[in-house]
Amino acid sequence: MKFGVVVFPGSNCDHDTYHVISKIVGQPVQFIWHKSISIDDCDVVILPGGFSYGDYLRCGALASLSPIMQTIKVFASRGGLILGICNGFQILCEAGLLPGTLLRNQNLKFICDYTRIRVENSSGAFVNSYKTGQLLNLPIAHGEGNYFCSYEDLAMLKENDCVLFRYCDENGNINPSVNPNGSIENIAGITNKEKNILGMMPHPERASEEILGSADGRAIFHSLNIYMAEVEKKRR
Amino acid sequence: MIEQITPAIIANHGLSTEEYQKIETLLGRSPNLTELGIFSVMWSEHCSYKSSRFHLKRLPTKGDVVVQGPGENAGIVDIGSDWCVAFKIESHNHPSFIEPFQGAATGVGGILRDIFTMGARPLAILNSLRFGSLETSHNRYLMNKVVAGIANYGNSFGCPTLGGEIYFDNCYSKNPLVNVFALGVMKRDQIFLGKATGIGNSVIYVGAKTGRDGIHGATMASAEFDETTQEKRPTVQVGDPFLEKLLLEACLEAMRSGSVVGIQDMGAAGLTCSSCEMGARGATGIDIELNLVPLRETGMTPYEIMLSESQERMLLVAQPGREREVIDIFTRWGLDAVTIGRVTDTKHLRVFHSNILVADIPNSALTDEAPIYNRPMQAIDNPQPSKEEIAKNYPLALEDVNKTFNQLLTSPNLCSRKWVYSQYDHMVRTNTIVLPGSDSAVIRIKETRKAIAMSLDGNGRYCHLNPYEGAKLAIAEGCRNLVVTGAKPLAATNCLNFASPERPQVMWAFSQVVDGIKDACQSFSTPITGGNVSFYNETEGEGVYPTPVVGLVGLVEDTKQITTCGFKFPDEIVLLLGETKEDLGGSEYLAYLHNQIIGQVPSLDLDYEKQIQQFCLKIINRGLVSSAHDVSDGGLLIALAECTLASQSRNLIGATFEINLSSQAFADNVSFAAALFGESPSRIIISVKENKLKDVEELAKEQNIVCTRLGRTGGENFLVKLNGQELINENLAELNNKWQKGLDNLLDNSIM
Repeated sequence: MKFGVVVFPGSNCDHDTYHVISKIVGQPVQFIWHKSISIDDCDVVILPGGFSYGDYLRCGALASLSPIMQTIKVFASRGGLILGICNGFQILCEAGLLPGTLLRNQNLKFICDYTRIRVENSSGAFVNSYKTGQLLNLPIAHGEGNYFCSYEDLAMLKENDCVLFRYCDENGNINPSVNPNGSIENIAGITNKEKNILGMMPHPERASEEILGSADGRAIFHSLNIYMAEVEKKRR
Repeated sequence: MIEQITPAIIANHGLSTEEYQKIETLLGRSPNLTELGIFSVMWSEHCSYKSSRFHLKRLPTKGDVVVQGPGENAGIVDIGSDWCVAFKIESHNHPSFIEPFQGAATGVGGILRDIFTMGARPLAILNSLRFGSLETSHNRYLMNKVVAGIANYGNSFGCPTLGGEIYFDNCYSKNPLVNVFALGVMKRDQIFLGKATGIGNSVIYVGAKTGRDGIHGATMASAEFDETTQEKRPTVQVGDPFLEKLLLEACLEAMRSGSVVGIQDMGAAGLTCSSCEMGARGATGIDIELNLVPLRETGMTPYEIMLSESQERMLLVAQPGREREVIDIFTRWGLDAVTIGRVTDTKHLRVFHSNILVADIPNSALTDEAPIYNRPMQAIDNPQPSKEEIAKNYPLALEDVNKTFNQLLTSPNLCSRKWVYSQYDHMVRTNTIVLPGSDSAVIRIKETRKAIAMSLDGNGRYCHLNPYEGAKLAIAEGCRNLVVTGAKPLAATNCLNFASPERPQVMWAFSQVVDGIKDACQSFSTPITGGNVSFYNETEGEGVYPTPVVGLVGLVEDTKQITTCGFKFPDEIVLLLGETKEDLGGSEYLAYLHNQIIGQVPSLDLDYEKQIQQFCLKIINRGLVSSAHDVSDGGLLIALAECTLASQSRNLIGATFEINLSSQAFADNVSFAAALFGESPSRIIISVKENKLKDVEELAKEQNIVCTRLGRTGGENFLVKLNGQELINENLAELNNKWQKGLDNLLDNSIM
């Protein structure tokens, strides 16, 4: 099983993500240059956090037109696994691979802080080693994390159990007072209908080692490992 | 076209008649306008340190760990196992007053370039900010924009902003201070210097294109402000953190490819400063052709090109025959990279425009020969009331302790800084192992077990009352902040913010501050590896307090030894190391509650301070301590409250304190105010497990350290008894809420 981390100009969580996969999760990983049109033999592609193209024009808008994104779209249509973290989530929305968009935080400020996240659904490639309803301590760091989508898209997301993460209080209750950025229904992360693409604002790679204050994010990478091992088994 | 240099032109360039005559002597002729412009920026206070160099020579700059002292873009310190850290602090006060967002942003950009030009990857940013009272809308505007500017640049660039300090005082109302510190990490063999060597080697310009922005920025930063200040707005540059991020990656890649000889960023005085300094350091000369410089505007004159302070540019010298390699790396990152000149043996900076020589100046004339002034000094006669008088005149009644405590804890200078640091990405690069809000910022170095602790400190109020003692106190506090984190202080950088050096009293205070830093740094064995002086922080004749800000850097050998200030477990014993004396002078208590900046500053015994610090570090390293916190601004009660509130995003742990004024922790006859809110130095609060108590107390006794039991952790309240009488009993969650919202209430809930 091999991970690829895309490097756009301005990506700045690329090294962090690479570090977690190679040193903490212990899996093969390579960087993928944004001008490349190949993802080689990667099983999972990660669009890391950062400020691709300086977030000029709109967050993720320019990166969504990079040469590598054409390849990633084909990869996605064949069921390839894609994880977009923070800026990566914004890029996935801009590329039309996930519905909706990420608006400016309601308080109009950049927010870096730990947030409590509830796992809404623990089935599938990204979250199978969590339990539904489990509470996670994950940091956010964004100026535009206020997820918004049309009523139709929201209905689709809910109908298909695509909302994987929501901001909650310490007891797991979802209410507006614990919503850091004003996202619709406290949404922190969603998948597409086919469940092979996850976009999330919290940073699991920043919460994968106890020394950093939380290791609650590591299970996402772990889940991908388990899922891919299953796929391998079936292939044989 | 030959322009006549008139006295008016000379004055406009901020040069005195004597300075102009010196230029003529050095050149053996009159300068042309381009040359005059070059001299004016290189001889500006900002670039030449002409008023401060005489004094700065006294600072200790050498030590076993120092790899690179002052004179380069940043200082470098060896941290063992082949690893080094590069760090420096710099001011961006003047531009931040004129245009706070871009001024602060480009301050961050400049210091980051200083770090990566040495070959280090920047891993930490800290900042020290001073504003006037937030009751004034313009000060709220300045603070909002400065914080947003720092956040914008650091966040996008991808280097965590980990903390620092912010204080409010009306002397900063028209002279805000924005000091930015950055630190980077590199292997010892990855160090690069800003030297141009190898006659005939290509000089390559990389990064952003040159525009007309920032012309005479360095000169602007070398004069006081008046009512025409807003007209100087165009001298502030505009930052592009995205471009700087690309520049970082490309520069590190080029340096590590082995194709670079030397490199320097273009900061203040842009192309001028980088070319003459690189030549001077390499004992060579540089010829450049301005027609080859990438320009963003048309019709720029040699004068404008040489003096532009456009951001995100570097000048480098390539290894012979490897220019193509360098250019290819920068091109891959989408950046301009153009050979604009050669290293020569002339020891001159020679500037050509379309092959015509437009400036020819010996490097030494711009660097070593720049004027040095031993400006007149006059001691400030500022008699202060005695400690006893202050205790008598500003007493604290026991029934007012609760109210006073609440007022101070939520006051602008003492409340939580979360409003600020939550706007900074303080986690990117996943090295942040102590979150903002503890005594020091700490990053791990992933490839090792080591961590680096950093702290910025400075108290303008103390320095106003006593510049020598105030400077000593700043260094002592900085070291204490490192020690309570489990780090051994290694070295320091300083940023000296003062009013006009042309006023003898300011110059006297400057000299006193330098002496204070010198004595304290010698005592703690923390050499100064570089820094920055910012004069002319005055507007319409009103200047800032003498405000030295010192950045201390310390080493933690093993991340397991890191300790933070918040209580970790219930049922631990809280101890105070050190003694509380009648130290109310210059305190937050007097300033905030009585509106008085008066008194004798706390007296600091450097030997005793060192002893306390060494003891604290020893018991931390032996694993005897669960939490440790320095007692400083606001005094004992505020520090105790901080231990319960600084949770590092864990659950809060309350405590019950039984303070007994007859114990050895308090000097005889100490007033209530000084006992609870006085700011005696050399004090540290620690919490220890019950089974470690005996060890700690015995060790303390052995080493003559005053160590007093103050209370026990646990519960959901912050409860304080004094001599048996309950004075404070606050629910921790409510207290936390008030403390956290201190700045929010002032900044978010007010109309701009």
